Amino acid sequence: MLTRKNYSLAGLCLATVGLHLLTVLADAPFYLTQLTMAAYYGLVIIGLGVLMGYAGQISIGHAGFFAIGGYVSAALTTRNLAPFEASWPVRLLDGLGLLVPGQDVYGAHLLTVSPWAACGCAVTAAAVIALIIGVPVLKLKGHYLAMATLGFGTIIYRILLASPYFGEADGISETPGFTLLPALGSWGPLVISGDVEHRVANFYLAWGVLIVGAWLLLNLIGSRVGRALRSLHSSEEAAEASGVDTARFKLQVFILSAVYAAVAGALLTHFNGGIGPSEASVMKSVRYVALVAVGGMTNLWGALIMGVGLTFLSLRGVFGAFDDAVFGLILIFVMLFAPDGILSLRLKPLLRRMFLGGPS
Amino acid sequence: MSGVQDLNTPMLALQGVHKRFGGLHAVNDVSFQVAAGSIKAVIGPNGAGKTTLFNLIAGNLPVSAGTIVFQGQEIQGKKTHQVARLGMARTFQNIKLFHGMTALECVMVGRHVQSRSGFFAGMFNLPSTWKEERAIRARSLELLELMQIADLAGVEATSLAFGQQRAVEMARALASEPKLLLLDEPAAGLNIYETAEVARLICAIRDMGVTVLLVEHDMSLVMDISDEIVVLSFGSKLAEDTPANIQKDAEVIKIYLGEDDAG
Repeated sequence: MLTRKNYSLAGLCLATVGLHLLTVLADAPFYLTQLTMAAYYGLVIIGLGVLMGYAGQISIGHAGFFAIGGYVSAALTTRNLAPFEASWPVRLLDGLGLLVPGQDVYGAHLLTVSPWAACGCAVTAAAVIALIIGVPVLKLKGHYLAMATLGFGTIIYRILLASPYFGEADGISETPGFTLLPALGSWGPLVISGDVEHRVANFYLAWGVLIVGAWLLLNLIGSRVGRALRSLHSSEEAAEASGVDTARFKLQVFILSAVYAAVAGALLTHFNGGIGPSEASVMKSVRYVALVAVGGMTNLWGALIMGVGLTFLSLRGVFGAFDDAVFGLILIFVMLFAPDGILSLRLKPLLRRMFLGGPS
Repeated sequence: MSGVQDLNTPMLALQGVHKRFGGLHAVNDVSFQVAAGSIKAVIGPNGAGKTTLFNLIAGNLPVSAGTIVFQGQEIQGKKTHQVARLGMARTFQNIKLFHGMTALECVMVGRHVQSRSGFFAGMFNLPSTWKEERAIRARSLELLELMQIADLAGVEATSLAFGQQRAVEMARALASEPKLLLLDEPAAGLNIYETAEVARLICAIRDMGVTVLLVEHDMSLVMDISDEIVVLSFGSKLAEDTPANIQKDAEVIKIYLGEDDAG
């Protein structure tokens, strides 16, 4: 089990390099941009996959957490704090070295939060909100939990649309690049940004984050806590009787998946140089759920592969204007014919059932 | 916490326990004690409140009134997982195994209270968790061997035969190394050979030092292995005595066999 997991992860590393080589061979380096974005969306999907597939708690509000991560980080790194320079919170942040001075396009003095601190705030905000939402909401089950998380997602979407601070319908643009590592010797700095010069580095960074994220989740699933999560999925009563604090574990995994979404949101926002309210829309949340289902609820690898693959196709515009419709259709077909995910599909019994009827 | 259990302190003591569901008085002023190291049975006709009583003891339901003392500590109002942590394990009348998990994994969940690796230790696969994980696996396999189903360890638990599922559930309960084991109709749906096997097993569990409280319909099982029997009828305690005396009790015969036959 341990070795199989490591082999699979090594395979994913090789696949990453292979994808890069493919884009070089095909002389299509622009594919790297969508592959980078798809990897970040993949991070959301595997986080949601553990929540839904293993712990059995649905969330139709994960775009909300993604948006919290992206928006908080974008707002803090772009909104000018100079007018508040004299106030104590800003002085405190400055004292801690978390602010960066700059100039806007008109040459005026600009003071913003550094990307590191902003990302930290964004992820912390998502975790705290997940905690506050999760305590009451996770008492619900099934359809009721789905509706409550749907409500949460809608609220976040509407707040973002209505707040001038978050740019209303325009969202936030001009988000600065995020310098992860300064220049070292002959190596240039590692910057999360959509600039062409950073394209290859960002591709490897995003896939690296995805691989590490998958590694952590695979470890978790195989651990004592993972067993507890899977047990409460099936029977909360029996899990409780075995001493599993079901409320606490559900809350922890909910927060964990919110953190995954927020990390992806924050990094992708710096990569894209901005974020818009459509990232928080219900349709996005439904898409994440659909992608987890397509990959197979209890199959993290399936969710990862199908999630990244379909997102990449979607970002390339393969589905055209029917994008959302395609994901809706995929969801229906998966539920009908492959409830355990596309990768678990056995074609022969399926075809027999489709054309001859009767049980497979 | 002192590890020494005073022999005079009962393992479990119920005092004036009531449970009302709206107008229905499901459990009415029930008091009894379970001596450490004994096998005690709760019997009664359908709807007598036996399973409700179990749910009250295990913390699945809150009591309406009364106290439940487990190893000298009041546990009414505690959550089920807290009660489990104190050393109480149970099985269910309608078996509740975990879907998508092997028999071994189900039993390993039972080791939850005996292990401590947390969220982050699990995520980072810290070396400290490896030894614990090996110990969990080894003890769980041991228990499957005790149930004589070690060869089925890798089989998905919910796909096993009925009797084998019962055995997995029993192993899961024992995996927490409980002081008190609650068995909710352990022989329901079993044939007479399997029932005899369950009887032998329950006695073996008692001999391991585990106190057993069971609810059961099968009179032969109850009369054979119990040290004491509590009879419930319409939520109230009708009698409490040794099996031999219960069999002679006119009241008990009346509720079980009907008034005419008893006369």
